[in-house]
Amino acid sequence: MGNPCAVIGVGQTEYRSKRTDVSIAGLVREAALRALEDAGLTFKDIDAVVIGKAPDLFEGVMMPEAYLADALGARGKPMMRVHTAGSVGGSTANVAASLVQGGVHDRVLVVAWEKQSESNATWALSTHPPLSPTIVVGAGGYFAPHIRAYMRRTGAPDHIGMLVAVKDRQNALKNPYAHLRISGISREMVESTPMLWEPIRYLETCPSSDGAAAMVLASEEAAKRAPNPPAWVHGTAMRSEPIFFAGRDTVNPQAGKDCAADVYRQAGITDPRRELDCAETYVPFSWYEPMWLENLGFCGEGEGWKLTESGATALDGDIPWNASGGVLSSNPIGASGLIRFAEAALQVRGLAGEHQVEGARKALGHAYGGGAQFYAMWVVGSDKP
Amino acid sequence: MPSNAMEGPEPLVADHALEFPGGYTRSVGPVIGRFLTELRDGRLVGVRTASGGVLFPPAEYDADGEAVTDEYVEVGPGGTVTSWSWVSRPRAVHPLDRPFAWALVQPDGADTAILHALDVGVFEPGADPPKSLRTGMRVRPKWRAERTGSIKDIESFRPDVTMITAPSRAEYRLNAGRALTRFLTGISEGRFLGHRCDVCGKVYVPMRGLCPVDGVPTTEEVELPDTGTVTTFAVNNIPDPRAPEVPFVSAYILLDGSDISLLALVAGIPADQVRMGMRVKAAWKPREEWGRTMENIKWFEPTGEPDVPFDSIKDYL
Amino acid sequence: MRTDVAVVGFAQTKHTGEDAGLTEVELLAPVITEIKQTTGLNRFGFTCSGSLDYLAGAPFSFVSALDTVGAWPPISESHVEMDGAWALYEAWVRLQHGDVDTALVYGFGKSSQGSLHEIMTFQLDPYYLAPLGPDQVSLAALQARAFLDAGHKEDDLRAVAARSREAGRANPYALDLPDPGDEGYEVAPLRPYDCAPITDGAAAVVLAAGDRARELCDNPAWIRGIDHRIEVHSLGARDLSRSESAALAAEKAGVRDVEVAELHAQFSHEELILREAIGLADDVRVNPSGGPLAANPVMATGLIRVGEAASWIHRGEAHRTLGHASSGPCLQHNLVCVLEG
Repeated sequence: MGNPCAVIGVGQTEYRSKRTDVSIAGLVREAALRALEDAGLTFKDIDAVVIGKAPDLFEGVMMPEAYLADALGARGKPMMRVHTAGSVGGSTANVAASLVQGGVHDRVLVVAWEKQSESNATWALSTHPPLSPTIVVGAGGYFAPHIRAYMRRTGAPDHIGMLVAVKDRQNALKNPYAHLRISGISREMVESTPMLWEPIRYLETCPSSDGAAAMVLASEEAAKRAPNPPAWVHGTAMRSEPIFFAGRDTVNPQAGKDCAADVYRQAGITDPRRELDCAETYVPFSWYEPMWLENLGFCGEGEGWKLTESGATALDGDIPWNASGGVLSSNPIGASGLIRFAEAALQVRGLAGEHQVEGARKALGHAYGGGAQFYAMWVVGSDKP
Repeated sequence: MPSNAMEGPEPLVADHALEFPGGYTRSVGPVIGRFLTELRDGRLVGVRTASGGVLFPPAEYDADGEAVTDEYVEVGPGGTVTSWSWVSRPRAVHPLDRPFAWALVQPDGADTAILHALDVGVFEPGADPPKSLRTGMRVRPKWRAERTGSIKDIESFRPDVTMITAPSRAEYRLNAGRALTRFLTGISEGRFLGHRCDVCGKVYVPMRGLCPVDGVPTTEEVELPDTGTVTTFAVNNIPDPRAPEVPFVSAYILLDGSDISLLALVAGIPADQVRMGMRVKAAWKPREEWGRTMENIKWFEPTGEPDVPFDSIKDYL
Repeated sequence: MRTDVAVVGFAQTKHTGEDAGLTEVELLAPVITEIKQTTGLNRFGFTCSGSLDYLAGAPFSFVSALDTVGAWPPISESHVEMDGAWALYEAWVRLQHGDVDTALVYGFGKSSQGSLHEIMTFQLDPYYLAPLGPDQVSLAALQARAFLDAGHKEDDLRAVAARSREAGRANPYALDLPDPGDEGYEVAPLRPYDCAPITDGAAAVVLAAGDRARELCDNPAWIRGIDHRIEVHSLGARDLSRSESAALAAEKAGVRDVEVAELHAQFSHEELILREAIGLADDVRVNPSGGPLAANPVMATGLIRVGEAASWIHRGEAHRTLGHASSGPCLQHNLVCVLEG
């Protein structure tokens, strides 16, 4: 795991369907400057910049580190751009942490964003190629069959997804940055929305958002001078598996299980439900909460929906998931993973505001991408490991 | 129009215009004169009031009737809309002959606003106000090229540039590569071709020329029937040009003899009757329409055979 | 205290100047197979790749590339939308943690499928530059002009092209390109031979740490210094006749007494600017492989520079070599890697 690494600054933009008030540089600077302010630093204090986002086709700006170098104060510094599909926000944070853990730098600025309103997510994620052996479907069409398979395999009742859709939107009402803030959100409201890709209803999916998130990661020495409490990185892990192969379990992918096992081992966690105080997980379709509860070892196989149904993952439950409102409430795709990691850090720093989980000292940040095949995770804690 | 017009002679009517020939000759005084002179030069000026504010457009007195100072202050040209109305069917006298807004615009540096037309783009007569039109929006004057010292030296205000469209196109000549070319050639002959991995023995249809698990090249070709089993599926309610209707079903289909399911459309059965474990067969287009493309297969449709038990497909999910 | 990390394996395709009928995955797969065979490794502590969606004209080109690796059981893996040299940098950082001791790095690209020089326009400032449509050669020519105006001659550029093409003809992996002829300008002051050829190809490198490197390779090419720096994007805010970022990266990487340097110069004048910036003495052999002017499989080109530089040490023919990679318009971003036997 290398040298100690701490989150000493977090910055987020307001997430909206269209942030037409800012340019791309304006958007990323908004998050970066807030993270620097939290850390009591300026661009001058930063050693290296790591950026991440989903495909460049979203904004039509290829390899955007070139255009954004000066906007992020990177002149004369190392700058990198990570791209690992939907998990990219998490991977980007891990790559930035790696620079500190590897003893290469003391203060690294990490920024992830997406400005989805500049084009169209379906187009940017699947430009239908002229030569293909199968039909190409969007994210909903891809994931809906796996959700159906989960329901069939576990016998989960139909309403579980709606419980998550309501819970996360209720949490979003406590998060000033959240995109979807639906007052009076209720199961009836979710149920009344159309099935887009059965079994996924409209309000059981994530929105398309513009937004950016940033963090300042620091070495132990640099963290000592931070004005606000740090979140210490207790472990980071990434795992990938091929998208199509014989015998692949797409409901409960091995890469997710292995990634969780790796990050728990580093953090000394044997019982995640008991030892973690909260988790920010990548749940773009409501049903992925019970699915990931199992994949991440918060319960046994087939038990995830029961945990959700019991209210354990609500803000006042014993293991709150997505107190921020999660991806279901704000989804600037390339940033969504970093937001999970950053929200986990805010929780253990005690700086999560109205959606603070009381007394949170250890939290999981989780992101996944591609065909549920790329995973990035970290565990952060209030105490130095 | 009287609704109870009485019987009688045709009403006697005549057109009339009250127009002073050549227009009034109106003196503007030092304050408005200064404003219009500056306007002719392409500048917006307001005047400092006794209480320290900036009155715009300037007058000799402020709202309380107090005389203003003789300090002129350049304001704008950027300003903020403080209120607006939307004219969807303009009158002949209006400054624009297509839908536009009236707006109160407070230039930066001014404490008061000016009324003017606001041009937010081209709309059909009767159009609803565009979403972009809102209080707080940022605008600037669009100057007339030939100016005379008139409030109409500003043709209209128009929104600040907040978005540009960036046409973006890159052209490619894509090569399917060895494996896909071979697979689609098979499809052009009505055959499903796949590869069996030497190491794990699994059959991949379509093949990719390598086994993603073992990371080794695959070469042993196998031919499979065009029948298979639905493992799992989605019912799509969003229209798609490739599907016959909405709702339509996209399904993972495990071809008989294959170890990996492929994603395809299922039709020929109402969407709500599609089942996990349902047996299906490819529905081919007429042979004369075949090419080296998966479009040879319209979709898969039920064979009518009994469903396969869940246990035998559960490892392919 | 740095962990010693070495390049212990390098493989590349026989690059082609035209579409050979293979997909990116089909280009890459034999290279991965070869490097697994030559190093004897089948699993790696970390894997990282570099590729570019805009080359394939579709998002997620790295997803299918994963099929070549045999990522089962699942692997610890990451990807940069940058040249493979930056994937190598990420892997080197990862090996500094000390918990894993091998890494597989690869980069691949098929430039033949689109108009590479126009595609590169997509990486420019989207408000002031990209809408004007300046292509990569046009911008490189602006830099070449600035370089010539600073006291250099067009013949200097031609000499670079001639030497690169001659070396390329001797390199079985590079293209077979004739000596520069009497050619008009492509975009003045650059002529066609001053520009890297359109190339398809892939490359892979294996890194190993400490004793593991010694086990895997008789002559490990130890990474003694590696650093990369970016500079201002706007061309109007830079002195184009020199490379501030390359100079800084070279200083941080600790360049000294290098015998061979492989430079990621996609245009003749870039080699000369880089020589100056990195501070290479006149007797340093630059691009003995022919360099990018003889084969430029975009997204692998930079990684190949490190691999080629390492090969001199693997063969025991040099003690200290240098690999360089570049990105962004007019050498905006530069990476320098110093290798030692």
